[in-house]
Amino acid sequence: MAATDLDILASEGMRSLCLGGHVGFDSLPDQLVSKSVSQGFCFNILCVGETGIGKSTLMNTLFNTTFENEEASHYMDGVLLRPRTYDLQESSVDLKLTIVDTVGFGDQINKEESYKPIVDYIDTQFENYLQEELKIRRSLFNYHDTRIHVCLYFIAPTGHSLKSLDLVTMKKLDSKVNIIPIIAKADTISKSELHKFKIKVMSELVSNGVQIYQFPAEDEAIAEINSSMNAHLPFAVVGSSEEVKVGNKMVRARQYPWGVVQVENESHCDFVRLREMLIRVNMEDLREQTHARHYELYRRCKLEEMGFKDTDPDNEPFSLQETYEAKRKEFLGDLQHKEEGMRQMFVNRVKVTEAELKEKERELHDRFELLKRTHQEEKRSVEEKRRDLEEDMNSFNRRKVAAETLQGQAFQGSAQLSIKKDKDKKN
Amino acid sequence: MDAILQEKLAEKLLCPRARSSRQKDRQYVGFATLPNQVHRKSVKKGFDFTLMVAGESGLGKSTLVNSLFLTDLYKDRKLLNAEERISQTVEITKHTVDIEEKGVKLKLTIVDTPGFGDAVNNNECWKPITDYIDQQFEQYFRDESGLNRKNILDNRVHCCLYFIPPFGHGLRPIDVEFMKALHEKVNIIPLIAKADCLTPNEIKKLKDRVRDEIEKFGIKVYQFPECDSDEDEEFKQLDKELKECTPLAVIGSNTVVEARGQRVRGRVYPWGIVEVENQSHCDFVKLRSMLIRSHMHDLKDVTCDVHYENYRAQCIQDMTSKLTQDNRVDSPLPILPLPTPDAETERLIKMKDEELKRMQEMLEKMQQQIHEKEQ
Repeated sequence: MAATDLDILASEGMRSLCLGGHVGFDSLPDQLVSKSVSQGFCFNILCVGETGIGKSTLMNTLFNTTFENEEASHYMDGVLLRPRTYDLQESSVDLKLTIVDTVGFGDQINKEESYKPIVDYIDTQFENYLQEELKIRRSLFNYHDTRIHVCLYFIAPTGHSLKSLDLVTMKKLDSKVNIIPIIAKADTISKSELHKFKIKVMSELVSNGVQIYQFPAEDEAIAEINSSMNAHLPFAVVGSSEEVKVGNKMVRARQYPWGVVQVENESHCDFVRLREMLIRVNMEDLREQTHARHYELYRRCKLEEMGFKDTDPDNEPFSLQETYEAKRKEFLGDLQHKEEGMRQMFVNRVKVTEAELKEKERELHDRFELLKRTHQEEKRSVEEKRRDLEEDMNSFNRRKVAAETLQGQAFQGSAQLSIKKDKDKKN
Repeated sequence: MDAILQEKLAEKLLCPRARSSRQKDRQYVGFATLPNQVHRKSVKKGFDFTLMVAGESGLGKSTLVNSLFLTDLYKDRKLLNAEERISQTVEITKHTVDIEEKGVKLKLTIVDTPGFGDAVNNNECWKPITDYIDQQFEQYFRDESGLNRKNILDNRVHCCLYFIPPFGHGLRPIDVEFMKALHEKVNIIPLIAKADCLTPNEIKKLKDRVRDEIEKFGIKVYQFPECDSDEDEEFKQLDKELKECTPLAVIGSNTVVEARGQRVRGRVYPWGIVEVENQSHCDFVKLRSMLIRSHMHDLKDVTCDVHYENYRAQCIQDMTSKLTQDNRVDSPLPILPLPTPDAETERLIKMKDEELKRMQEMLEKMQQQIHEKEQ
């Protein structure tokens, strides 16, 4: 019964009622604000650009402080991402700021793999958040969100167009993070050249389908300023860690022999616009976009990869739990199957080895027999030979004796004969 | 009359100086005019110079060349887009112009290397450049060794300006590899490009860094020749300053602007005007005076005497070592016998000697045997 009532209401559309007096739920935003302020905010910036292009200096200038960092070397083998987390406070608002630096970007001779470490880092942060979300006991309100909220891409001020490396990297990053392109060291381009350069860069980005972050123009309070700023992209910025006396104030500036470039002078560079857009107006929107668009895209791709679907073959909504159970059973079944297979293999192998061993034993035995027999035969033949030899020796001895006696007789005979001869002669 | 004669005698005796000056007049031969003759002949013949510029695109090479020679060499240039450059190969393009100044004609050839360092994978992207330089050497070698040597065209590259980007902290691996591949083939002059993005402190730091790294990696860049001790002080001072300033930090500009009441070549910024020819703004003037006004001929000499001779010696050695191994290779050039054979041939000779000795001994033995048998 209740179901049909609800259905009727749904078909009619919800009614808006007028309030008779002041209820007080207009303080909801204030409650939300005080809760978030007590919780603290966190913001993560990724700075992508060549070594020495001014990433660290710009961060120092943006946040009006000096983050500790060493000068990077040009001779790194690959791109390294270096995240550093700082706690800042301004008017009792806490900000946990993480700045991720790309060390060694654009220095190698072969830059085909340069974008990979960056994409991997962004994906890892998304993965960590996803794991936390899928946990059984999770504490998302306490979780230190490390997902990158904005990527500041530093373009070298060549004055002609984007570099090929910039184009390739931005295409890989545009679906994973909010990109804000920046022209670095803009004090080397004159005004007319800058105008042409900006147009060229934007047209190249558009013609190659790179989606950079557009400042939102839905909220009337900030729509006007946002859409006017959109026309100034990419921002041409100058950063400085030194202060110079201009007029009677100390301002952040760069001192040249031909003049002083003031960082916060709107006619010199777009630094003020960048700070306005990045920090003062759209920081919260950047976080929201990261969560609602880029993270959701990542999550969907990842889960689809794992085999989850929103609707099963019968077009009934699947519950995550059922899918999970099914997957788990499948996985365990697989595991068992594999175990069985391995066990079988092991048993077979043992049998085979046993058979081989038996063969070898038999062979050895046969050989032993053979050897014994030959040994016997040898012995017999040796015995025969010995007997023959003895016989020979005996016969030889007999013949020797015989010969000796004969010789003795003969000698005697001859002696007698000679005596006879003598006797004859005498006669 | 006697008085006049007496006067003349007195002159002769009392003024020996006049006598020696007349002797000097008689001793004056006149070969002190040789420099003038050389000057006249060279003006008539005209000069030629080949300059190569190398470096990534967007560093201001074309602008600098235009500023140096005050002409517009790159009128219709087509620059590639980023996606076309992802897998670009390096090309070699030549622009030749004839310029004249005060009767002296110069045939200037600028060799450009578009595409260097622009692709995503720049492995061995300097190979087309080294091949080009070797080709020019080879062509000159053949011409020089030919029978008719009247009109030899000298296309050898006399100087290579290498542009280092100012955005980094020093030399990058591609800079080091390029210079190491070329330092024994051509005079390299490294330059820091677009120097208007560096404050004077930063320029000094970067120059020191680059100088240290050049020494560390053993790269032989072009060294300015020592001045003779009899040059004037000003020249010596300039020379010393020049040597301490390397690598030169340059800015180029094609446009003339109004600054401090004069019309100068410069770049206009909202915060000031950079003058290209202002020595406190950049080293452009030093580069121009060194490259064109004082050392152009020295660059040509070093190319002819050092780099070309090295190439020639190497070439001949390769050819003769190939000949001793394979007699069927006929050489296109007349080869003189090497004064000292190398180790390979010596070993072969020894082996052959031993074989010969053995054979001789055997022969002797056989002869002896025959002898004995006859007897």
